[in-house]
Amino acid sequence: MPRLLSCCLALMCGAALAFSAHAAPNDDAALVAGVFTPPRVAPDFSLRGSDGGTLQLKHYRGKVVLLAFGYSSCREVCPVTLATLAHARHKLGAAGADVQVVYITVDPERDDVARMHQFLALFDPTFIGGSGTPADLAAVRKQYGITVTRHDTIDGYVLSHSSFVYLIDRRGMLRALMPFGHGVDDFAHDMGVLLKEKG
Amino acid sequence: MATGTTRRRIGLRAAGIAALLLASALAAVALQPIHAPTHEQLFEIPKGTWARRMAGARVEILPAELHLTLGVRDVLVLHNLDDVPQQFGPILLMPGQTFRMPFTMAASYQFACTAHLSGQMSIVVEPNPATPWARLAWRVSNYLRTGRWS
Repeated sequence: MPRLLSCCLALMCGAALAFSAHAAPNDDAALVAGVFTPPRVAPDFSLRGSDGGTLQLKHYRGKVVLLAFGYSSCREVCPVTLATLAHARHKLGAAGADVQVVYITVDPERDDVARMHQFLALFDPTFIGGSGTPADLAAVRKQYGITVTRHDTIDGYVLSHSSFVYLIDRRGMLRALMPFGHGVDDFAHDMGVLLKEKG
Repeated sequence: MATGTTRRRIGLRAAGIAALLLASALAAVALQPIHAPTHEQLFEIPKGTWARRMAGARVEILPAELHLTLGVRDVLVLHNLDDVPQQFGPILLMPGQTFRMPFTMAASYQFACTAHLSGQMSIVVEPNPATPWARLAWRVSNYLRTGRWS
């Protein structure tokens, strides 16, 4: 019986070792975010910018653009996303100057450019917000596959919206998107990868 | 009489050995790390899907619920072989384009999706089966779902 037990133990250890030797390979993709292959040109738009000008992606060619959608009354998702982006950009040091965060409202009813400016300045004064007519904003959302659902509440409404962040490289190509939940290090890593590429 | 007792003993011993072997086999299966030749789970939208839909065919390309497991198969790869753009929530795939996304958090992700007749798709990312029992449960559940033993 002890011999049988030894055999069983040996069998288990052997099998475990054999499977460990076939451990899944490390994934060494350069970006943490989800990557598009081949990348396409990021659809451009023309909206009112929170800096008082016209907001167009082409103005930021040569920079890495992080594009996200949200609204200033958001209490759960947007503050987390914006704080993460601000922290990640700060973490890059001087190189962060070549990163532009663009935040487009999904709530034109409440978010005019003045309100977007005030809201974004709480996180990073370099962040640019975008607003416009409901039709213009809907067209931009369609180009990026953003969905928004309105939920009425006792004192107004809240919006459920896509919370991904799009990564656009210096050439204006839509390279990747980062799902909600990734931290500062992941964003800083991917910004760093894209910043190293030539414009 | 003595022969009967001996037979019972032999029978009991044989049953004990069989139970021990079975328990050992189960334990061995549970202890083994889950082997995955690749972390990628590929889903392709075949060419002509949109055209067949337009012709009235009820074409369902992907399962309504995609299952991924952290540390085993946690990289979603979508490849659009169709002639028109296809959309999976925020992922708008041009014809010929591939999207590759590693998942790092266990959660259920709900997407609007033009590749489904229902217009909806769920990606369920399950936690890494870190303990022997979790690995055994995962293997059984995966076998029942896919018919493949990992």
